[in-house]
Amino acid sequence: MGNKRFKMYMKMVSSSLIRRASRLVIAVLAIAIGATILSGLVTIYYDIPEQLGREFRSYGANMIILPEGDSTITRETLNSLREIIGVNRIVGLAPYRYQTVKINEQPYIIAGTDLEQAEKNSPFWYIEGSWGNSQDTSSVMVGHEIAETLGLKLGDTFRVQGVKYGEQAEASRQDLSAKDNQKRDSAWQNFSRILTVKGIVSTGGAEEGFIFADVDMLDELIGDTFRADVVECSIAANAQELSELSEKITRDIPGLMPRAVRRLTQSQDIVLGKLQALVLLVTVVVLIITMISVYTTMMAMVAERRREIALKKALGAENKLVMSELLGEGVLLGFIGGALGVFLGFEFALRVSLNVFGRAINFQAALIPVTIAVFIIITVLASIIPVRKVMDIHPAIVLKGE
Amino acid sequence: MPKKILELQNVSKIYGELRALSDINLTVNAGDWLSIMGPSGSGKTTMINIIGCMDTPSVGKVILDGVDISRENAASLTRIRRDKIGLIFQQFHLISYLTAVENVMVAQYYHSMPDEAEALEALAKVGLAERAGHLPAQLSGGEQQRVCIARALINSPQILLGDEPTGNLDEENEGIVVDIFRRLHEEGVTIIIVTHDPEVGDVAQRKIILEHGKITGDIDQSATFGKI
Ligand SMILES: Nc1ncnc2c1ncn2[C@@H]1O[C@H](COP(=O)(O)OP(=O)(O)O)[C@@H](O)[C@H]1O
Ligand SMILES: [Mg+2]
Repeated sequence: MGNKRFKMYMKMVSSSLIRRASRLVIAVLAIAIGATILSGLVTIYYDIPEQLGREFRSYGANMIILPEGDSTITRETLNSLREIIGVNRIVGLAPYRYQTVKINEQPYIIAGTDLEQAEKNSPFWYIEGSWGNSQDTSSVMVGHEIAETLGLKLGDTFRVQGVKYGEQAEASRQDLSAKDNQKRDSAWQNFSRILTVKGIVSTGGAEEGFIFADVDMLDELIGDTFRADVVECSIAANAQELSELSEKITRDIPGLMPRAVRRLTQSQDIVLGKLQALVLLVTVVVLIITMISVYTTMMAMVAERRREIALKKALGAENKLVMSELLGEGVLLGFIGGALGVFLGFEFALRVSLNVFGRAINFQAALIPVTIAVFIIITVLASIIPVRKVMDIHPAIVLKGE
Repeated sequence: MPKKILELQNVSKIYGELRALSDINLTVNAGDWLSIMGPSGSGKTTMINIIGCMDTPSVGKVILDGVDISRENAASLTRIRRDKIGLIFQQFHLISYLTAVENVMVAQYYHSMPDEAEALEALAKVGLAERAGHLPAQLSGGEQQRVCIARALINSPQILLGDEPTGNLDEENEGIVVDIFRRLHEEGVTIIIVTHDPEVGDVAQRKIILEHGKITGDIDQSATFGKI
């Protein structure tokens, strides 16, 4: 009946822990803190790619899509794109249409776009004033360079003029009077509209030379239906996922040329790799520290219980039996500490995530058994040397009277 | 012809210059009740440890139940001790986090199989049926020592060994313990008790006097035995 022996074994191991609980609080705490940090870091480790992916989107679009040859990008194309990429991965998806216009008889380029989406793509743009939107379409943003050249300030108005889509421009003629020329400009094939400066864009880049307006307003102005010259996408994905996505887009929507912005995706992957290596390093350090503290605790425990161990040996216990009892206590300590740590660890990860990334985190259920198992293994490993001290305890010497 | 249970032949224990035991010869028959007396440092504990398989002699033979144990290694001494010896100590040595009955069951566990009913019965025999569920800290010294006696006897050892078992007890509890020895002797248990206390030493059948590691007296007390 090994069952009775096992019951007695469990009785001894659990009584030792329960009735000596106050002595073991520190050991359990050490293990629990280790397990908290470990499970917390592992949770963050698995969440970092997504968290960081979103963070990195603040550096702008990481995929540019161009039409191939004669093909056009329509509203339907945009819908298909959204579907293929997956709405929850899209941080921003902005189509751009470029149109040359004249201001004071000088040529400039209007970029017609979905301003709300463009804003999501470009959190790093510095805007004096505010972003335009699709409601108040005659309010636009001008690049810093244009504002300088034309002397435009916030709230100023300016007139854009040009030839409608697909029509021929008739040049001003020297032989006509200014009045006649003005008439020719307002003829049916021409457009003209007054726009208000709502924001001035500073990026340190080419954007400072554009006027940004609502694309529907631009289409209406030039008398054409929607067609995008380029689509800029900001997608929460790493380099690998982006190149897979490119292939998929090329395959599923003919006439599109997707290009991943390599500079961005690569640095994202490098930062990610470094962060994960750091987390791994900290995890290993935490495991080692936990092992050291369990080792010290077990050493102290064996020393403190020399008499008890000697007595058990005097009663005829073989070394391996006494050692298995102490190891059993270690396993139980590891279990309690590990279990406590998993839940504290999730709380820890959640707080870190909320503070650093501003969003919640997914609880990995698989972490419960894994953390507990890891900490049982750790306590057992850390207990091996202390527990082997049992062999050096001589009952006759320890139990001697006086 | 009584059965020889223990025989020490020219046993010495030497620590460097010191002869803790010097050329001891002693024969004990099954069912005997021996007391070993002598001044402090005379080698009583050393002798009882050798008999109890907790130590080995430097010289000589120790024949326990027909087997020479003087050259056995630690592991087999552990096994022999478990099967043949019951030990009682001056400081009781109970496991603090186990109840009285569990402390008795520990000895069963290491020997063969824990059996609570049997352990309770052993406690009842030393008058502790009511206190079986108490922790050692909740028991008086006398009660603790009685738990130790129950524990020492639970596996039916061939010899019960006690090193100053009444050394930490008051007179009343000493009396209770001696009464238990008396009853055990009637049941045929072989008893060897080291003691300082003449009152405990004098009730045995036979008294060995140790001085400087040598037996200087071997007194047959059967004339007064059972009358004190
Ligand atoms: N492990 C040891 N190492 C050295 N000397 C010891 C050891 N154990 C006992 N002794 C010595 O042996 C002698 C006998 O000791 P012991 O048997 O404990 O005496 P008693 O129990 O009669 O008081 C003492 O002088 C003691 O100091
Ligand atoms: Mg002594």
